[in-house]
Amino acid sequence: MTSLATTEAEAPARAEPRRSGRLLMASAVAVLVAWVLVPIYLLVVNAFGSVAAVSAWPKSLVPEFDLSSLAFFANYAGVPRALLNSFLVAGLTMVMSIGLGAPAGYALARFRFPGANLFRLAVLMTRAFPLPLLALPLTVLFIRVGLDDTIIGLALVHTTLAMPFAVLIMASLFLSIPEELEEAAWTLGCSRLSAFRKVVLPLALPGIAAAGIFAFVISWNEVFAAAVLTIENKTLTAFLLQSLDVSPLPLKFAGGAVLIVPALLFLFAVRKYLFSLWGIANR
Amino acid sequence: MADIDIRQVAKRFGNHQALHAVNLTVADGEFVVLLGASGSGKTTLLRIVAGLEKASHGTVIIGGRRVDDLPPRRRGIAMVFQNYAVFPHMTVFDNIGFGLAMQKVPAAEIERRVRRVAELLHIEELLKRYSGQLSGGQRQRVAVARALAVEPAVLLMDEPLSNLDALLRLEMRAELKGVLQESRTTTIYVTHDQVEAMSLADRIAVMHEGRIVQAAPATEVYHHPATRFVGGFIGNPPMNFLPAEREGEGARVAGHLFRDAPAADAALLFGIRPEDLVPAGKGLAGRVRVVEPLGPHQLVTMDLAGHLFRVVLDNDLAVRPGETLTLAPRPGRVRWFDADSGVSLTQTTQPEPATGA
Repeated sequence: MTSLATTEAEAPARAEPRRSGRLLMASAVAVLVAWVLVPIYLLVVNAFGSVAAVSAWPKSLVPEFDLSSLAFFANYAGVPRALLNSFLVAGLTMVMSIGLGAPAGYALARFRFPGANLFRLAVLMTRAFPLPLLALPLTVLFIRVGLDDTIIGLALVHTTLAMPFAVLIMASLFLSIPEELEEAAWTLGCSRLSAFRKVVLPLALPGIAAAGIFAFVISWNEVFAAAVLTIENKTLTAFLLQSLDVSPLPLKFAGGAVLIVPALLFLFAVRKYLFSLWGIANR
Repeated sequence: MADIDIRQVAKRFGNHQALHAVNLTVADGEFVVLLGASGSGKTTLLRIVAGLEKASHGTVIIGGRRVDDLPPRRRGIAMVFQNYAVFPHMTVFDNIGFGLAMQKVPAAEIERRVRRVAELLHIEELLKRYSGQLSGGQRQRVAVARALAVEPAVLLMDEPLSNLDALLRLEMRAELKGVLQESRTTTIYVTHDQVEAMSLADRIAVMHEGRIVQAAPATEVYHHPATRFVGGFIGNPPMNFLPAEREGEGARVAGHLFRDAPAADAALLFGIRPEDLVPAGKGLAGRVRVVEPLGPHQLVTMDLAGHLFRVVLDNDLAVRPGETLTLAPRPGRVRWFDADSGVSLTQTTQPEPATGA
């Protein structure tokens, strides 16, 4: 693709299909982008519209900037508490995902052990297991253990959901750090642990943070387990879901925006590490 | 400073026997090069000495101490890796001082020693830089400086020059030799480049299929290859080999009778270096195929009794393709091998070196 102009001049016969292919590609991209962005745009516009403008029709083309919907949302009974719960659960999920996922990812990246591939597959397969099937037994178990309706209980479930991604992201992350760097550290006086701390960790830190943020977002967006397992300590998603039919329109839009915007920003920040999940080098 | 004694070291990876009971001693201050093609086991042997790989069998003794169960950091070694392994998140200064910092050397002393090795390798101006801001040659210097800074008893180098371009490699080779001669550190150096091996080594250990086939000074390895493999592996172009028929006390090679063949019972193989032949009235006669002028010499490829035969001749001799050339070996340069086992049957004329295996 370095000299597109010359190749097209040399091969005029091939230029036409290539141009139409590019057109097809561009329109497909446009449709996909619109598919994602239009709902978000409407959501944000309505969230920042005044309470009156939200239900008005036709919409004015120029979006207004009015915090009254958000203010209404913030003052709605139960919202601050749900927001705090969401933060706590997502934060705990992040910590546990890193704490458990980093060693697992390191092992997958550095050690050859029998069943490594099976383990890799098993980690992914946990995502294939339908959560609704688990809902009832899990609830019963949680009630017995006393974990029902607690932040930590929900965080445990969310960690399970986030773990496959955390493990695989961090495995590819550790794989991208040359083993020779660790070996060099060993020959220079490091044990495996201190080599990890002084050489691997500083290099992996941005990626580990990204995996953590991804876990945070998964927990932040999760509805089903949150709705089933909590009653008093509802997270924001569960709270909104439950009050969907009784809450006024501005609340829905403001709630939706508050849920989506942080998740989007976080994912945008860590996108290159998410690509690494699929084996694309993250350098 | 320490000597190294490698005894019966073997290594097996699954079904693949990477090393077969290797023995090698390296004297205190000696520079030994492990030379071999890829897959010959040279890097595996080096990594076993370093402690990065565990031997399946055998013992490594460094400075009189068995190190088989010691991790790399307790062996008194330092290693230079093929791709340098300069820590990207540290400055050059911190890289070079890393080993000293791990030993809890006081900061002032670290500063002094880092400056000294940086000076030795001409990288004083780079101390504040990161590895991403360095060229390949500069990274190489940092890697060597980092290994020397800890003043190891044993220095291990794994193809340290192979990632550099040809010109830089030549320059670094000469410089490395100077630096290491000065430090007199016991060194094992792995390479597949025979020129590198010859130029650096006190002694070359030629490896082939997981065995050391010859460990001797460069000139001896070159002139007295212990096996047919060594003769064919070392030298460019390699040694010529021709089948020989025993005839009385001597042997007939391509129609010419050599009277001084060894009196062994085995079938004979005749070997001679391409530069050890001169045009003569009688001797080995063959048809010239290709003539390649190489500046000071010309490389003549000929067909000798159906065998490919290469000769390096002086430039002033006019040789044309198609003509017949008759060559006689220089006195004392013919080597005889056992045709079956490939082992040399010619007595070594040079005395065994004091450091010999």
